[in-house]
Amino acid sequence: MSARKAAGKPLIAGSDWTFPRLEQIDLAVRETACNRFGLDVYPNQIEVIASEQMLDAYASLGLPIHYPHWSFGKAFIRHEQAYKRGHAGLAYEIVINSNPCISYLMEENTLAMQALVIAHAAYGHNSFFKGNYLFRQWTQADAIIDYMVFARRYVLECEDRHGPQAVEAILDAAHALMHHGVDRYHHPRPLSAEAEAQRLAERARHDWKNFDDIWRTLPARRQREVPERDRRGRRVPEEPQENLLYFIEKHAPALEPWQRELIRIVRKLAQYFYPQGQTKVMNEGWASFWHYTLLNALYDEGQVADGCLMEILASHTNVVFQPGFDHPGYSGINPYALGFGMYRELRRICEAPTREDRHFFPDVAGGDWQKVLDFAMRQFKDESFIAQFLSPRLIRELHLFAVADHSDDPEFVSIDAIHNEDGYRRLRTLLARQYARESMVPDIQVTDFDLRGDRSLTLTHYQRRGRPLSQEVNAVLDHLQSLWSYPVHLETRDESGALVRGAAEGDAEAEAEDEGGGLIIRP
Amino acid sequence: MSIFIDRRLNDRHKSTANRARFLRRYKAQIRRSLDEVVSQRRIRDFERGAKVRLPSRDIGEPQFSFGQGGDREIVHPGNREFQAGDKLPRPREQGQGDGEGEPGEGGESMDEFLFTLSREEFMQLFFDDLELPRLARTQVGQLTELRPRRAGYTTSGTPSNLAVLRSLRNALARRIALKAPLERALAEAREAGAPQQEIEALERRLAAVPWVDDFDLRFVNKAMRPEPVTRAVMFCLMDVSASMDEQRKDLAKRFFTLLYLFLSRKYEAVEIVFIRHTSDAEEVDEDTFFHDRKSGGTVVYSALKLLSEVIEERYSDGWNLYAAQASDGDAFGADIEKSRAALEALLPRLRYFAYLEVGNASGRTSALAGAYARISHPAFAMAQACHRNEIYPVLRTLFASETGKAQA
Repeated sequence: MSARKAAGKPLIAGSDWTFPRLEQIDLAVRETACNRFGLDVYPNQIEVIASEQMLDAYASLGLPIHYPHWSFGKAFIRHEQAYKRGHAGLAYEIVINSNPCISYLMEENTLAMQALVIAHAAYGHNSFFKGNYLFRQWTQADAIIDYMVFARRYVLECEDRHGPQAVEAILDAAHALMHHGVDRYHHPRPLSAEAEAQRLAERARHDWKNFDDIWRTLPARRQREVPERDRRGRRVPEEPQENLLYFIEKHAPALEPWQRELIRIVRKLAQYFYPQGQTKVMNEGWASFWHYTLLNALYDEGQVADGCLMEILASHTNVVFQPGFDHPGYSGINPYALGFGMYRELRRICEAPTREDRHFFPDVAGGDWQKVLDFAMRQFKDESFIAQFLSPRLIRELHLFAVADHSDDPEFVSIDAIHNEDGYRRLRTLLARQYARESMVPDIQVTDFDLRGDRSLTLTHYQRRGRPLSQEVNAVLDHLQSLWSYPVHLETRDESGALVRGAAEGDAEAEAEDEGGGLIIRP
Repeated sequence: MSIFIDRRLNDRHKSTANRARFLRRYKAQIRRSLDEVVSQRRIRDFERGAKVRLPSRDIGEPQFSFGQGGDREIVHPGNREFQAGDKLPRPREQGQGDGEGEPGEGGESMDEFLFTLSREEFMQLFFDDLELPRLARTQVGQLTELRPRRAGYTTSGTPSNLAVLRSLRNALARRIALKAPLERALAEAREAGAPQQEIEALERRLAAVPWVDDFDLRFVNKAMRPEPVTRAVMFCLMDVSASMDEQRKDLAKRFFTLLYLFLSRKYEAVEIVFIRHTSDAEEVDEDTFFHDRKSGGTVVYSALKLLSEVIEERYSDGWNLYAAQASDGDAFGADIEKSRAALEALLPRLRYFAYLEVGNASGRTSALAGAYARISHPAFAMAQACHRNEIYPVLRTLFASETGKAQA
């Protein structure tokens, strides 16, 4: 308390906000964040919106502009209902990974909340977007808004030209495969609305130049019989392709060019959102850690009134609350709680390491916490971050335990590990694995395209630990089929590569209705 | 330095289009859910929106995801008494499923998608495809009426048509135009030190410029234009005799409520006449019609007679006539045949006559229905309903779009 400046009224006091006051707060937060703690951020564009607009923004995945689709209407209705019935409060903020970084403040928030949100979104998330390797490599913050403008215009144009139903059918199907539209190894080419538009114009120009009505009048050529030995001449794809949307966009036999373009748009979006799914814990944790740290620092300087700090801490506590597994409100591990806990622990391990910490984190314990945190923010994703930095103390605090659910025991599940000496490493590994992409999205790849035969497509589900696909697989395959237009098979192989359920020809239909996936043959 | 932007005044309903798309896409499912709503609803509540329940699986967005089974470990927080190696009975379905798959959705039940339709959306769906029978065919281009329409401004008119804004604007323009040279001259005179009386003369002239002058005034001009009108009158006939018990009345009320909503929504110039009858008929207002109690015998003919009298008296010319009758079909003796004859005589004048028989669960045909069944006239239709949720489908069939049929 003695360090607090005696002079003047605190900057963050009272409950009403004004634009000049917000600007002052922003300046103060920026000063602390960038100069004192060395956060590196994109320029900020902070927009004040009303709650209805926040609902709108929710519904379009947080992007300020999006192409029209019914699923966004559904999302909107869901959020609106939850909000109206008081089941869920609105998020205090939405922040967009763009340059300048756009964050939304809600009109209804109090001054203290606005300060919290500015610190959380405009400096916390913002620096994460700019620093984390996944975002750096996989998204182009400069281009996304322009690209969305392009995408929206293109989709609307297609609707005009080909009818909303036709467009919707393609988008529905592409959305169903969205999680499988991500390149994890090749870096995507930079997004550019301009380049996209130019590419399309060139294509149209090429079509126009080469148009000759005479081709239409030629009699249809008889289908050449393909000799059996030729049928398997070249294997397509040469390597299994995990980006299903990419493969369809490039190889689907019967799609019109505009349909391929629509798939491409969905694929680009999937790519843009990919890092967010992989860094939920880190990202939210980082932002929470910084709003907590920054506002406490401002409080120490006497910039925050006591009442406002109480309000800020109350919301902070709500956000990072982790209900236990038997709590009625429990819905998995709260990424805010886990992430915030881990960064806070990292700082503590640097500043006041115990013997245990020195044993578990010899490289980090007693180091410069700002450098360590910066490193931990930049070079990891959730999976590796947890595997590297989840501390025994946090495991104890959260009372983590692992339940083993194995199919060979139909009656019982067993407790695999708990928060004790024997369990720390095991729990850390298990929790990290839980955030791996393989645990969230089944590994399904294109393994064969019968190019010269019946043009059928074979997908392989590489099954791990016997985990089957859910019922929805049939609906997804329907969508896939509608894009591909020729038969689509799905086979399942286990870790050893042995066929669990194969695309055997013939008597497959009977099996197709079998529970939980396996082989489906479409006529 | 960050940029702050106030977007509060921007468009607030960006998602409306997407919401409409969603409704359009799941129209069939929503309508099914709506039938249920209609059957449970109180009459007076109809004008409100409606809550709609859709099964989640109907509107799902499928993705490849993991199902139950296989081997896995899940980390949970909040351990209290478990030790490594403990065995627990496998929890039922949902307990485990939460760990992955649907992170953080929370709150909302997973099997049902519940939302509220606005009043407009509800009415839209409710009356979708319903078309007043034959209206389109007989009316378009036939009935025209002269109606006053705004047609610019005039310099003369009655005070009630005064266009204040326009008049004051003219006055302002005139004042500026007249005063400016005077003011300039006055200023120059003062500067040049002109004699006092010259300045006073200028000031007097300046003060004399009137604030509003007669020729500033503008009046809203109205011109009579012929416009097509779809004018119709709907007669609601109901038996309120003792044999109509509460439940039957309720059904009849529903039938008329739906008609009433339908008419008052879809056609601007629709009049509704409520005729209730026991042993004698009377014309009543809407509220009495639906809510007043009256008991007595049953003479259907009295209502039909009153109907034709009202038509003679008030709607003999230039109206499309529609009538709907709800009754339990109890009628006695000569009344039945007299009613049938009266109705047959009326039918050529009517565009449509719908007869709803309520409350005969046994399916037996009443004497009145039997007599009515012998009427074969394109403008006549009859139907039966004995449960609340049958009313809406009956309405749909009775008033199924005739325009579609006519084209086919």
